[in-house]
Amino acid sequence: MSRNVGIVIVSHSADVARGTALMVEQMVGREVPLGWCGGDPGGGLGTSVEAIMRAIEQAWSESGVAILVDLGGAETNSEMAIEMLPEERRDRVVVCNAPVVEGAVMAATEAASGATLEAVRRTAEELTPV
Amino acid sequence: MMIDREARKLLFETVAHRVIAGADELTDLDRAIGDGDHGINMRRGFEAVLATVDELSTKNLGESLKGVGTTLVMRIGGASGPLYGTLFMSLGKSLEDEVTCERAADAFAAAIEAVKARGKSDVGQKTMLDVLFPVLEVLREGGADMAARLKAAAKVAAEATIPMRAIRGRASFLGERSIGHMDPGARSSALIVDAVADVMEGLA
Repeated sequence: MSRNVGIVIVSHSADVARGTALMVEQMVGREVPLGWCGGDPGGGLGTSVEAIMRAIEQAWSESGVAILVDLGGAETNSEMAIEMLPEERRDRVVVCNAPVVEGAVMAATEAASGATLEAVRRTAEELTPV
Repeated sequence: MMIDREARKLLFETVAHRVIAGADELTDLDRAIGDGDHGINMRRGFEAVLATVDELSTKNLGESLKGVGTTLVMRIGGASGPLYGTLFMSLGKSLEDEVTCERAADAFAAAIEAVKARGKSDVGQKTMLDVLFPVLEVLREGGADMAARLKAAAKVAAEATIPMRAIRGRASFLGERSIGHMDPGARSSALIVDAVADVMEGLA
């Protein structure tokens, strides 16, 4: 199991999430555990708590997981998914306040260097205009 | 008032049927100021509640409300899933089968706080909270004709979101242009309050 922080990409669109994941993989390789999901429980545009929980599981790392989200519901659903995780994992998953594509690439680059969860989050959030 | 298994089933079914019947209206409202999926999402969530209603209502009121909440979280999607899921799960944490007006008001107040935290929102921002708060006030007052007053308060409160400017949610992207439309979340909350009040009155 990788000791690097894992990255999860949550978009309303499965295409956006998958495309972002491909960009991350191309830039940082497979050294960073990666999960992604997009689309609501009915297969339309939206997000699903169940799918987010699966993506977190897929990207799980004992060092933690950073989630990158696109619009409102993706953030709310990600926070809900974190709360529904087993208690010992909850504190090791964060939602980054950052643009999804740039944030995911920057966060993954930082994670690939073995950075802590907090450092990964900070790097992604540096992209957010104040 | 004792909420036994039969009453729980009636309550969940009535709420689910009303939301499903109002789904097209919710989608129309959401198309005006959101992304047009509120009705579709709510219908999917409450159809999932209907599909498991027998099993859900066998548990006591607290556990069955938590079950409804979890179903909504998993099936609605969008931001409404966590928001309505949190509302029902929080109610489930504090309610027992024997419900008094005071206990209901306390449970509802705690649930509203949970929804506020989940949505990082507050009253006056053109959201479901603008309906939930006035409803809480009626619960706190107690007294006769409670059901009729709950319905009236929810209706007036949902309509009062029309001139508001959205601060939270997708509608906030529209800024001034969100003014003049009823908030879809306020409307869906009013539908649910209406259904609960009808069950209370024994009309459903």
